[in-house]
Amino acid sequence: MAAPTTPAEIGGIGHSVQRKEDARLIEGQGNFLDDIDLPNTLHMAILRSPLAHARINGIDSEAATALDGVVAVVTGDLMDQHGLAWMPTLSGDTQAVLATDKVRYQGQEVAAVIATDPYIATDALELIEVDYEDLPPITTPQQSLEEGAPLIRDEKEGQTDNLAYTWEAGDQGATEEAFAKADRVVTLETHYPRSHPAPLETCGIVADVNSVTGQATIYMTSQAPHAHRTLFAMVAGLPEQNIRIVSPDIGGGFGNKVPIYPGYVVATAASLLIGQPVKWVESRTENLISTGFARDYYMKGELAVTDEGRILGLRVNMLSVQGAFYSDAQPTQFRAGLFHVVTGSYDFGAAHIDCKGAFTNKAPGGVAYRCSFRITEASYLIERLVQNAAYEVGIDPAEMRLRNFIQPEQFPYETATGFVYDSGDYPTALRTALDELCYEDLRREQAEARAEGRLIGIGIAHFTEAVGAGPSRTYDIAGLKMIDSAELRVHPTGKAILKLGVKTQGQGHETTFAQIVAEVLGIPATDIKVEHGDTDHTPYGLGTYASRSTPVGGAATAVVARKLADKSKKIAAHLLEAADEDIELASGVFSVAGSPDRSVTIQDVALAAYTNLPEGMEYGLEDVTYYDPPNLTYPYGSYIVVVEVDPDTGVWQVQRMVALDDCGVRINPMIVEGQICGGLTEGFAMSAMQWITFDEGGNCIGANFMDYLVPTAWETPRFELLATEVPSPHHPIGAKGVGESATVGSPAAFVNAVIDAVAHLGVRNIDMPVLPDRVWAAIEEAS
Amino acid sequence: MEVNITINGSDHASDVEPRTLLVDHIRRTVGLTGTHVGCDTTSCGACTVLMDGKPVKACTVLAAQADGSEVTTVEGLKGADGLHPVQQAFTDDHGLQCGFCTPGMMLVGASLIAENPDPSDDDVRWAISGNLCRCTGYINIVKAIRTAAARVAESSIGS
Repeated sequence: MAAPTTPAEIGGIGHSVQRKEDARLIEGQGNFLDDIDLPNTLHMAILRSPLAHARINGIDSEAATALDGVVAVVTGDLMDQHGLAWMPTLSGDTQAVLATDKVRYQGQEVAAVIATDPYIATDALELIEVDYEDLPPITTPQQSLEEGAPLIRDEKEGQTDNLAYTWEAGDQGATEEAFAKADRVVTLETHYPRSHPAPLETCGIVADVNSVTGQATIYMTSQAPHAHRTLFAMVAGLPEQNIRIVSPDIGGGFGNKVPIYPGYVVATAASLLIGQPVKWVESRTENLISTGFARDYYMKGELAVTDEGRILGLRVNMLSVQGAFYSDAQPTQFRAGLFHVVTGSYDFGAAHIDCKGAFTNKAPGGVAYRCSFRITEASYLIERLVQNAAYEVGIDPAEMRLRNFIQPEQFPYETATGFVYDSGDYPTALRTALDELCYEDLRREQAEARAEGRLIGIGIAHFTEAVGAGPSRTYDIAGLKMIDSAELRVHPTGKAILKLGVKTQGQGHETTFAQIVAEVLGIPATDIKVEHGDTDHTPYGLGTYASRSTPVGGAATAVVARKLADKSKKIAAHLLEAADEDIELASGVFSVAGSPDRSVTIQDVALAAYTNLPEGMEYGLEDVTYYDPPNLTYPYGSYIVVVEVDPDTGVWQVQRMVALDDCGVRINPMIVEGQICGGLTEGFAMSAMQWITFDEGGNCIGANFMDYLVPTAWETPRFELLATEVPSPHHPIGAKGVGESATVGSPAAFVNAVIDAVAHLGVRNIDMPVLPDRVWAAIEEAS
Repeated sequence: MEVNITINGSDHASDVEPRTLLVDHIRRTVGLTGTHVGCDTTSCGACTVLMDGKPVKACTVLAAQADGSEVTTVEGLKGADGLHPVQQAFTDDHGLQCGFCTPGMMLVGASLIAENPDPSDDDVRWAISGNLCRCTGYINIVKAIRTAAARVAESSIGS
């Protein structure tokens, strides 16, 4: 790892600076959505469908309206009168705000009560009578795409079946040729189950529309406040200058807080019509059954390999389970997200992916749960396939990867699906992780244990991510280009404020982005305030998800700081009576080349920017940059998990987990490691327990934290972290982004470890979550 | 109904609906918003407060049940001489990211240290196993609580 270039008191890149955010959060002084308490606030509760598929014949809200304390009951018909019963989704579909014709999933929004007290609002829900007429629910994509299946989207013009979209990538002809040359084809069919990001804070809104001025101040749990402002303007027809989105402290997002949900639209409309602030905060059950789910891909992968273990090609067929509305939050041109990255870390020439998305009677909103647009599914598939291919060819899974890796000298490397990987040294990463575990000794121990009847498994995943969307030529969401921004103002006393288009949800932007400025200008990070989340006070940007804050917003920050450094050098030259080109800047000190005793500080320069300028220069020391990244960044890592499986019960325990990450330059190593540990835990969670499933009637199983199991401290394994550092060649500070790497890379490592423990019995697949009964059944079936 | 609860050393007498949850009473009536709500099923622990020194999940305690008790919330952790050792250790050891679970985690940690001055890694993990965190993977939370315990032990030896 490169040593920091600034002293600790400046706290530039590479220092584990303590977080600025902590002071308020450890004293209970954070300002989360539900903490916002405006005068005269009304409270909203939503009535949701108990059925997965039913026609609505009528809604009787008389008794609810009559309840003392109820101000209004909002139904789909009322929303329809204002043209707001339906709204566009981020994927170009439409979604019901409040159901008018039928309900299409359990938990769908049917009516809303606005009351003076949240308890009363909830009481009133009980008094609303809805006349439902049952329709047959469709819970699997296989049923959904059958000929003659009941039409879920009967309201949609031109829709005659339940197909939501089709998508393909790669070269089918070249892939067929590669398969024709293969000695063997290794096939894996697996389901990446539906999961939910479940941030600890649920979603919510306080809509405050002033009926006189038309000013709409909307406090919202938003990962993308600027994009949401524009979309609100487009959906609700409000003038954009009158909309101010404020995203306060956010209690975790992980993709869940990217979409616009019906509750936001209803609360805003209610505030507009009633003329008082309206607050809506989801219950946990509402969060789990109705807001952005993740994953739910049925995948069939085939790998063409030679007897020497060389990969020649990859073929993938997928069925994506969309729910009732196609409302994935992802770039317009990427209907199945960035699944292209399914070619992984390997050098082969041909791949073809074919994907169908199917409507079902399940909640919509396929979000990227702590990953960059569904690359978790892609990474999982290739890493599971490579492991299985090693078993079939008869070579070690580590050796299989080493034989097929893209080599360091091949970067920039164009994959068979057209991504151009920026940099990496995969063999060093894997070998370092293997050495840490004494891999060969471990394999010996595994064989000895097996002879004693004990099942030890070693699972590897060497993932490559594609993050930091993205270049404007390719990437937009709902037409908005995926650029991001930073505005930097240095005050006369040399303190600064940095304003960002991205928005933290716990990642520590208030600390790390200040460190980027500290690195460039030498202003101590503690002297730099970072502002974000308020659209009236920050420049435009598409927000924080897909690990894009550092790759895009961080790049904007470095560039704007460099612009100010250039101006500062001219001011310093003026103060030092030297030529501009002779001024050197290091850690906040401007000196004259060759005369190091002649110097001024950034603080001197800041004051001069407002008091003493060279002839003709404009006053002030501030600027704004909009950054359009030239490419995505491609973080990677080698994760290895060791498990022991109890052959009698199928219970598996993680013995060791070594995680090597290369995310390029690390701005704050402490924060990076914190993010990796969190991501590994979520990867473990998906492998071992997290699971949103449905019964045949379309009832959601997993509607609370007793049924949807997220790991506690007791189940969570211990992790051993390692690092290499190959900078991104195109990012201004060489950083690649890291928040999601561990969630992307680790599920395959955990599952591969369990499979490896029973692979000698012939087991090649156990679907996630790898529950003990599934392991036990796989062992029974194999033996 | 009338309830009298001492919250962070101050007496609060209020007239509440019998069904009022303690967490809603603390947040809405008393106005202390550091105690959070993350679920409705006693599962996540974001609403943890200390009631007569013991951690309880305030979403599943009625304000009426807390009548006559002493409640400590995150706002009451800090003492006259500064941050509670658990608060200091959480920031020193990067024991928080989004900060939503942090009040509950710190209160459980403070309660654990009061009972067990030298908790093992497993002791801490067991103690916080009723509190969920989605950001940290718990490693630094465990570390922070043990750091706080060590500092408390060290200062009591010193005095």
